[in-house]
Amino acid sequence: MSRAPASGRAEERSTWTGWLRARTLDAMPPEHLLPDTQPAYVASWIYVFGVLALTAFVVVCASGLVIALKGPTWWQVSSRGHFVNSLHLWSVELFFFFMVVHLWGKFFMAAWRGRRALTWITGAVIFLASIGTAFTGYLVQQNFDSQWISTQAKDGINATGIGAFWNVLDFGQMLLWHVALLPLAVSVLIVLHILLVRKSGVVPPIGVDLDGRVEGAAAKEAAP
Amino acid sequence: MSIEALVDLTGPGRYLDWRFIQISGANFAVIVLMLVVFVLALFLPFPGGRGAGKR
Repeated sequence: MSRAPASGRAEERSTWTGWLRARTLDAMPPEHLLPDTQPAYVASWIYVFGVLALTAFVVVCASGLVIALKGPTWWQVSSRGHFVNSLHLWSVELFFFFMVVHLWGKFFMAAWRGRRALTWITGAVIFLASIGTAFTGYLVQQNFDSQWISTQAKDGINATGIGAFWNVLDFGQMLLWHVALLPLAVSVLIVLHILLVRKSGVVPPIGVDLDGRVEGAAAKEAAP
Repeated sequence: MSIEALVDLTGPGRYLDWRFIQISGANFAVIVLMLVVFVLALFLPFPGGRGAGKR
């Protein structure tokens, strides 16, 4: 099957599917989505923490699906349930660990440069949404820890006024936020974040061009 | 030696206090570890990282 040209002819843009296909291919050509080379400056450990966070998130979702399928009696009583429950907790710990190091790295290289503001913003919102997801996870453990955290948190949440519609003592509401709404939001934002990174490319270090050379060096070399 | 002998996980957690800052020992250790990993990621050589241009 041959692919239509990215720009699309006039007749291809006459239908909404043709218009959408042309727009998508213009914005995200396949060679950007699945590149087989990366700039030289990407060969640094500081660039691996984004994908490490993503990997931890996959484990979070997979272990969360298993404990959702099996139910609280399983993950609070059986040894396998304890293991998967711990896997869920520790993958969350690693997710935040890698995400924070990723955030520090991107902050100090000013990763919003080069029309990448939306990439930075989606990353910041993912971080905030992840905190909410982890917090609601603490609230739905169904043990003394979750009782303590929810009763302590209610005063702070109520003081903000959010408690009027977001009640941390409402187990059903917190459970649905934890297993449906917030994971869905984080997942969609992560997909958007990665697409934006693929669209604009990985941000170069400050003072380095896309080929990994110090900016202005090529001009100096070319000068007589 | 078991891990329990190194870190007592059964008792209440230890907290560090500096004036208005209060943080659990575990959270403080994680933050220090993140800083160490961040610095190491900046300075440790990446395998196959040498070479100019695209790879």
